[in-house]
Amino acid sequence: MKIRYFDHVATNPLREEILEAMLPYLKEEFGNPLSPYELGTRARTAIEEAREKVASLIGAKPSAVIFTSSGAEANNFALRGIALARQNKGKHIIVSRVEHHSVLNSARFLEKSGFTVTFLPVDKHGMVEPDTLKKAITKETTLVSIIHASPEVGTIQPIKELSAIAKENDIIFHTDAVASAGNIPVDVNELGVDLLSLAAHQFYGPKGAAALYVRPGLRIVPLIYGGIQENGRRAGTENVPAIVGMGKAAQMAKAELPEKMKHVKKLRDKLIEGITKVENVYLTGHPTERLPGHASFCVEFIEGEAMLLMLAAKGIYAASGSACSSKALKASPVLLSMGIPASLAQGSIVFTLGSENSEEDIDYLLSEFPQIISRLREISPYAGGWGNTEEKGQCIPKK
Amino acid sequence: MYSKEVMDHFMNPRNVGEIPDADGVGEEGNPTCGDVMKISIKVKDGKIIDAKFKTFGCGAAIAVSSMVTEMVKGKTIEEALSISKETVAEALGGLPAQKMHCSNLGADALRRAIEDYKSKQGIQTPKAAKTKKKKAKTVKKTRKGT
Ligand code: FES
Repeated sequence: MKIRYFDHVATNPLREEILEAMLPYLKEEFGNPLSPYELGTRARTAIEEAREKVASLIGAKPSAVIFTSSGAEANNFALRGIALARQNKGKHIIVSRVEHHSVLNSARFLEKSGFTVTFLPVDKHGMVEPDTLKKAITKETTLVSIIHASPEVGTIQPIKELSAIAKENDIIFHTDAVASAGNIPVDVNELGVDLLSLAAHQFYGPKGAAALYVRPGLRIVPLIYGGIQENGRRAGTENVPAIVGMGKAAQMAKAELPEKMKHVKKLRDKLIEGITKVENVYLTGHPTERLPGHASFCVEFIEGEAMLLMLAAKGIYAASGSACSSKALKASPVLLSMGIPASLAQGSIVFTLGSENSEEDIDYLLSEFPQIISRLREISPYAGGWGNTEEKGQCIPKK
Repeated sequence: MYSKEVMDHFMNPRNVGEIPDADGVGEEGNPTCGDVMKISIKVKDGKIIDAKFKTFGCGAAIAVSSMVTEMVKGKTIEEALSISKETVAEALGGLPAQKMHCSNLGADALRRAIEDYKSKQGIQTPKAAKTKKKKAKTVKKTRKGT
C-alpha cells in the first residue's frame, strides 16, 4: 500500500542529497575535529561549513550558532543557560502555556530550583497577546521564552512584537523555532530574538543535529561541561555526519523555501476546505497566521487515536493531541489552554504537509477521511450530540 | 503496538448499536481520559441473548467493547459477571500496559448493564456495585466541568 505521510511536524524523511553529503563522514572521513592532522582538520572544516549554512538560514553570524543533539537540548540549554547566567539580576522567567515540553519542563525544573515562573495564557487561537506579556514582567524577570510556531495547532506567534517588549525591559528573549525554521522565513534580526532553537529533521535533515543561536556577546552557562568543542559552550565530540547533514539541509531549505511554502500552502488550503465541509469539524489554531503546511482540527464525538489507526490502515499517517493517543493519557495542554473543552480535544487530528506531498495525496485523504469519521461516529454514543455533557458556546467557530 | 485480535475487533467491531428494548443498559466513564462506553443487553431465561455497544474512545476501547459484547452472548448473568478486565484483555491477545484501563471500562460497563437489569427485575444489588455507581457519578461530574 502507498504511504501518504502527513506528519512532517513529527519528523521528515532524510533527503537523498543530504544523505549523500553525510556518507563520507560516516565512512572514510571519520576524524575527530579536534585532531591536528589532516583527517581531523577536514572534519573541522566540514563542521564550520555546516555552521555557515545553518547561520545563513536564520540570518545569523556563524559564530553565534552552537550545535546540539536535538531541539529539546537547544531549548533546555537556552532556558537553564540564561536563567543561571543572569540569576544575580533576578530569578523570574516567563514562558507561554503552549510551549513544547522541553521548554515547559525546563521551566518547571527552574521553578523547583528556586526560580519563579509565569506561564502565559493564550487566546482561542493559541496566540500570546503582547499585553499579557507586558503585564507579566517584573523587576526580577530575566528571560522570556515563547515558541515561534506551534507544532500542534500551527499558530505563528507575533514574535517581533513580543521580543520588542522584552528588549524595552532589558530582558533576554528566546524562541523555539523548531517547527518553523526551514518551513517559513526565520531571521534572528528580523524577529529581534537573542536566542533561537532549530532542528535539522524538521527540514529534511537527519535526527541528532540541531542548534541554538545565541546572540554574540550574550553569556550563557553550558548544559554540558567537558572539552572546548563549540567554544567551550557545548562539550562532547561533534556528531560530524549529522552536523554536515544539517548544513546541507539548511542550504537546500533556504534555496527551496518560497517554492515549498507555495506548494504546501496550496495543498493545506484544499485540505482545510475539504475537511471542514464535514459537519462538526473545527479548524484549530489561527485561521491565517499559521504554518503553511499545517492543518489541525477537532472532530466532534470521536477520538483521535481511533482516527489515527483507521487512517493508518489506509496508508495515511497523521498525528493527534488526544488524551488516548498520548503515552501519559493526558489531553494536549496546548488545546486545553486555548479553551477547547476536554471532550472536543479528544477529537484532535493534525495533518502536516511536506514538499513530497501531492495534490493526489490530498484527494485521497479527502476521499477516505470523511468515511472514517462517519464510521467512528456510528460507534460513538454521542453521534447525535453531547447530550447533557454538551458545552455549547465553547467550541471554536468553524474557520 | 496492538495485537492482531485488537486490530480485527477495532477495524470490524461486532455488535455496534443499541438494543431498542434492552433489559439492561450500563454506561461507564473513564476517569483517566474521559471516554465513555455504553452497553445494552437483552436477557432471556437468565441468559444474555444479545449485547450491543456504543463507545467514545480509543482503538483499544472499541476493540474491548466489541470483545465484551461477543463474550457475554449466551452466558448466564452469573457467568457474565465473572468477565474481568484481565479476561477481556487476554481474549484480545493482550493490551499495552497503558491501555489496560480501557479494558476495565468494558468490564465495568457490562457490570452496570447487569446491575440495571437486576434492579429492573427487582433483584437486590450487591454492595460492591453500589460503590461503583457512586464512582461513575463523579466521573460524569468532571466531564461536565471540563
Ligand atoms: S479510551 Fe482513552 S486510552 Fe483507551
